[in-house]
Amino acid sequence: MSLTADSTRSLADRVAATTPAPMMRRVRGLSDRSLAWLFIAPVMVLLLAINIFPLIWTIRLSFTNYKSNLPNAALRWIGLANYNDILTDDDIWARMQTTAHFVIWTIVLQVLLGFGLAFLINKKFRGHAFWTTAILLPMMLSPAVVGNFWTFLFQPQIGLFNYVVSFFTGIDPHSFQMIGDVRLAPWTIVLVDTWMWTPYVMLICLAGLRSIPEDIYEAAEVDRASAWRQFWTITVPMVLPFLMLAVLFRGIENFKMFDMVNLLTSGGPGSTTELASITLKREAFEKWRTGYSSAFAIILFVTIFGAANVYVKALKRVKQR
Amino acid sequence: MSAAAHSVVEASPRAKTVAGTLVVLYAVVTLVPLLWIGATAFKSGPDSISYPPKVVFEPTLEGWVNLFTVRSRQSPEFLHNLPPPTTWWDRLVRSHDMVIAGPSKVVQRFGNSLVVGFGSTFLAVLLGTLAAYAFSRFRIPLADDLLFFILSTRMMPPIAVAIPIYLMYRQLGLTDTWLGLILLYTAVNVSLSVWLLKGFIDEIPREYEEAALVDGYTRLQAFRRVVLPQAVTGIAATSIFCLIFSWNEYAFALLLTSGNAQTMPPFIPFIIGEGGQDWPAVAAATTLFLMPIVVFTVLLRKHLLRGITFGAVRR
Repeated sequence: MSLTADSTRSLADRVAATTPAPMMRRVRGLSDRSLAWLFIAPVMVLLLAINIFPLIWTIRLSFTNYKSNLPNAALRWIGLANYNDILTDDDIWARMQTTAHFVIWTIVLQVLLGFGLAFLINKKFRGHAFWTTAILLPMMLSPAVVGNFWTFLFQPQIGLFNYVVSFFTGIDPHSFQMIGDVRLAPWTIVLVDTWMWTPYVMLICLAGLRSIPEDIYEAAEVDRASAWRQFWTITVPMVLPFLMLAVLFRGIENFKMFDMVNLLTSGGPGSTTELASITLKREAFEKWRTGYSSAFAIILFVTIFGAANVYVKALKRVKQR
Repeated sequence: MSAAAHSVVEASPRAKTVAGTLVVLYAVVTLVPLLWIGATAFKSGPDSISYPPKVVFEPTLEGWVNLFTVRSRQSPEFLHNLPPPTTWWDRLVRSHDMVIAGPSKVVQRFGNSLVVGFGSTFLAVLLGTLAAYAFSRFRIPLADDLLFFILSTRMMPPIAVAIPIYLMYRQLGLTDTWLGLILLYTAVNVSLSVWLLKGFIDEIPREYEEAALVDGYTRLQAFRRVVLPQAVTGIAATSIFCLIFSWNEYAFALLLTSGNAQTMPPFIPFIIGEGGQDWPAVAAATTLFLMPIVVFTVLLRKHLLRGITFGAVRR
C-alpha cells in the first residue's frame, strides 16, 4: 500500500517538475497558501459587507442631520452637533442610569444565584445531571417570545405571578402591578432576566468548580484548614476567572438588551424601563432621527467596546495570579 | 480515582440531601412559567383568564384551533342554516357561534422561521468550517488579529449597524425577503461558528491528515475525507447553536420583515382574538415554537458550555 502511494507521489512530483506552473498546481492540488485564503475569504467578505461597511456608514451618518423618512431632504454635515446634543441631554443620561440599574442588578443577582447553584450541583447528589439540564432550559429560549408570555403571568387581575405572591405573603394580589407600576417595573425586568440567565452563570461556574484539582483540597485537609477557609482560599479564587468571564458576557449582552424588555414593558410605564437600545430604536425608527440615533449608536458601541477591553485586561491579570 | 467513601472531596450524604433539595426546588420554581405556558395552550378562553388561576382544568384544543384558523362570528340563524359541521374543529368553532373563515398565517410564519433558520445555519457552518480549518492548519499572517476581528463583530451591538442595514436593504430590495434575513443571520453566526469549529478542529490530531497527504491525497481531499468526518460532532453542535440563534432572533426580524418573510418571534405577540390577546392561542404558538429548542437543549447538553462561551471554556 505504502509502496504504491509512494510511487504515485513521486510520479506526481516528476510530472509537476516538468510542467509549467499553472499546470503544476492542478496536478498537486491547490497550494496551501491559496487554499488558506480561499477558505477565509468568504467569511471576511461577509463580515465586511454586513458589519464593517454598515458601521462605517453609521459613523458617517452620525455627523449629519439625515432623516431616513425624508430621503430627498437636503443632507447637511453638522459635525459633532449630534454627539453634543446626546451627551448634554438629561433624558439620555436618565436612560443610561436605567440601563446601568438593569445591568448591575442582573449581574449581582445572577452571580449570587448562579454561583450558589453551581456550588450545590457540584455536591453531585443523585440525579444532578438531569436537574442541571432542566435548570438550563430558560436561557435557550427566545427572549422575545418568553418576554411576551411573562406579560400574561404578570397580569394584575388574573396573572399567576400575583396569585403566587399573594398566596405566600398574604398581600392582596390586585394591589400591585409588576409591569404597570413605576417603582416595580425596573425590578420586573431584572427579575425576568435573572430567571432567564442565571443558568448561564451557573453553567460557567460549574466548569470552574470542576476544574479545581481534588488534591488541593486533600492538601488543605491535611493542613486542617476549615471548610470555611477552604472555600475562601481555594474555591473562590479558582472559580473567579470563570465567574469574571460569565460577567463579561452577561454585561455585554445586557447592555445591548432589547428584545425581552421591548416585549415585556416596551420601556414603560413612562420611560422607567426604557433601556438604551429601546431609546435608540425609538429615535431611529419611530422619530426617524437617523443622524442623531447613529451618533447614539456609536456612543453605545464605543462604551461597550471600551469597557470590555478594560475588563479583559483585568481578567488577564486575575488569571495570571 | 480516589476512594469515594473517604474522599475529602466527596460531599457527606447529608450535604448531598440538602444540596439536592435546594437545587430541585429552584428548578421547579423556574420551570413553573414554562409549564404554565404548556398548560395554557390546552385551556379554554375563560379557563385561561380565571382567577384564582386554574391548575386543574378540562383540556381542550381550542387554542390550537384558534392558532391555525381565522374565524368570524355569525348570527344563530346563519349558523342554523349551515350544513352540519364535518370535522371536530368545525364543531368546536361552531359551538362558540363562529365559523372558520380560512387558515391563519401561522403556518407560513413557521415556514419562514424554518427556511431562515436552516438556510442561515447551513451557510454559517459551511463558511465557518472552511475558515476554521484554514485558521487551525495553515500559517496565516496576522491570524490572531483576524480571529479577534471576527469575534469583535459579535460584540458589536446590533443597533450600531441596524440603521445602515435598514437603509442598505431598502436600497437593494432585500427588505422582507428570506435572502435578506439569511445573509444577516449568517453574518452574525459566522463568528461563533469559526471560533467553535476552530476549537473542535484543533483537537483533531494533525497526524491523520499528514498521513493522508503522504498517501497522495491533495489538501482538499484530506480535508474532505479525513478532517470532516472527524469533526462531525463539532459541526453538529455548532449547527444547533447557530440554529437556535436564528430561531430566537427578534430585533432584526422585527425591523426588516413585515409580511412575506416574517418569522415567528415578531409574529407571536400579535396573535389576537376578539378581546385583545388570545392567550390559549398565544400559548399554543409559544409551545410550538419552544419545543424544538427544548429538544435541542437536551441533545446539546454536553457542548452547551463551549457554545455559550465561544469555545473559551471547554469541559
